[in-house]
Amino acid sequence: MMRSASREALIHYSFAAAALFAVGILAGIFLLLLTEGFPVFRHVSVSQFFSWNWNPNAYGQPEYGILAQMLGTIMVTVGALVFSIPIGIGAAAYLSEIAAPRTREVIKPLVELLAGVPSVVIGFLGIVVTGPWLARSTGASNGLNALNGSLLLGLMSLPTIVTLTEDALRAVPAEFKAASLALGANRLQTLVRVTIPSAATGVIAACMLGMGRAVGETMTVLMATGNALAPPSGFLDSVRTMTATVAIELGEVPFGTAHYHALFVIGFVLFVFTFVVNSVSDLVLLRFQRKMQG
Amino acid sequence: MKKLLIFFCLLMTVVVSCAKPGSEPHSASATVQIKGSDTELNLVQRLAEEYMKKTPDARISVTGGGSGTGIAALINKSVDIANSSRAMEQSERDQAKANGVDPWDYVFAMDGLSLIVHPSNRVSTFTLDQLGRIYRGEVKNWKEVGGADSPISLYGRQSNSGTFVYFRNTVVKGDYSTEMKQMNGNAQIVEAVKSDKNGIGYVGLGYIKDRNTGQVISGIKALSLRSDGAAVSPLDPTNITSGKYPLLRPLFHYTNGKPTGMGLGFIQFELSEEGQRIVEREGFLRINEKYKQQNSTKIG
Repeated sequence: MMRSASREALIHYSFAAAALFAVGILAGIFLLLLTEGFPVFRHVSVSQFFSWNWNPNAYGQPEYGILAQMLGTIMVTVGALVFSIPIGIGAAAYLSEIAAPRTREVIKPLVELLAGVPSVVIGFLGIVVTGPWLARSTGASNGLNALNGSLLLGLMSLPTIVTLTEDALRAVPAEFKAASLALGANRLQTLVRVTIPSAATGVIAACMLGMGRAVGETMTVLMATGNALAPPSGFLDSVRTMTATVAIELGEVPFGTAHYHALFVIGFVLFVFTFVVNSVSDLVLLRFQRKMQG
Repeated sequence: MKKLLIFFCLLMTVVVSCAKPGSEPHSASATVQIKGSDTELNLVQRLAEEYMKKTPDARISVTGGGSGTGIAALINKSVDIANSSRAMEQSERDQAKANGVDPWDYVFAMDGLSLIVHPSNRVSTFTLDQLGRIYRGEVKNWKEVGGADSPISLYGRQSNSGTFVYFRNTVVKGDYSTEMKQMNGNAQIVEAVKSDKNGIGYVGLGYIKDRNTGQVISGIKALSLRSDGAAVSPLDPTNITSGKYPLLRPLFHYTNGKPTGMGLGFIQFELSEEGQRIVEREGFLRINEKYKQQNSTKIG
């Protein structure tokens, strides 16, 4: 047997190695995207890259502008959150505060099951069910647009938001609620003014993870938003997201060409995108926690 | 400590056994990997099923992803046969050569690329010139081509598709309209046009023909096309075999050099009378004499 001090050290370093491993992989991805992506600026100027037209397989002169795709990604993500945050928090509040334990035991696993539906199935749903339905209700001739993508991505981020929000709400100490009720607040006031604000850290984290799900989702938007290259002018226009572009084009792109490097820069932009979202949400959380303590 | 050691040994065994299958995908007994064209996907899958029924020890796996993806995989030596609904481009041939790949092509079926619209659409024929103007985005309303007063909703494929490239080079002869919705496969275009009154899309013949009647499936209408002379329908086999249909195109397999073993056996089966009958049953067309002769020099 080893002496306990060296055993402690072994355990300490193996856990540290595990943590560093995750960070190392992240740094590796960052470097890969940077080194594979950056050479595109030998072929294309930065201002051309941040322009509206993306047409790498052009009949004539190829173009590598990514603004339309960035807008597409932002539109479907924001649209998804508009659907999923109110519904998700509402569902979580119902499950944790209102529903009888037995109801919760049935509904929560069912909501979580939604996370297991393959994205290609959701995308197909978008083509044959929600798309035609949106077309009928908006009067457009088809429903393969940003709204359709938002709807489906909202649906896909619901399980994340519901599950994590419910956990956060349930973690709020019972004393908080009891105190609020004792002071004469009704259950709705207690929920909105006490329970949800106390759980805000967890609720915001849940929404951020839901947002991450929406930003990174590929197959569903690739099938259900039409992928037109024209910059969208509204939610009833077809959009193409950054993830869809990489998924469509990376498989066939000749190695080492401007097109190849451009796809890696799109990956880099997506990476920065999620990094900024996470950092901002961390800052928000920090400020919020200080406020609660102060 | 002993437990930890056993656990470690088990872990290593798992890692090693997981790593093994991927390292040598091309040994003689391995599965024949076929990848590429979405247009060819269902057809080649059916042919492979029939071949495996006849040859019990044959293993063939067929996946899609688009012609461009299949050709890229052939160049990277990760598949045995690439399916492609377009001919390989010179840049791809150069790349293959640089990678030590010698592409051989076989034409195993013919396709009449079909234009489909919603059944309620008044339009039933187009000239290739009109089609080009529509897909370039120069004509944006159905009334300009004899239809109702409503915007044209364009459906096409994605850039990894051979059909995308074929239609662009043959008909559009320019860039596609940026408003064109880029769909992920033939079946998706069919589904989209079924529910879009203003829609128009292009798909392989096998995706619009009913297996039993030989007529167009319900929910869509196939347009007759005219290049010069009379307009002809893709559904009339005599038009297609005589070469009158303007969007008649060969469907290719590409291999690295002459295929061996099971890959060769499979291609020989496809080109046999039995294989060609399956091609027809799946809604596509048998190859003509010209391609038969080209093939025969490569499989003999």
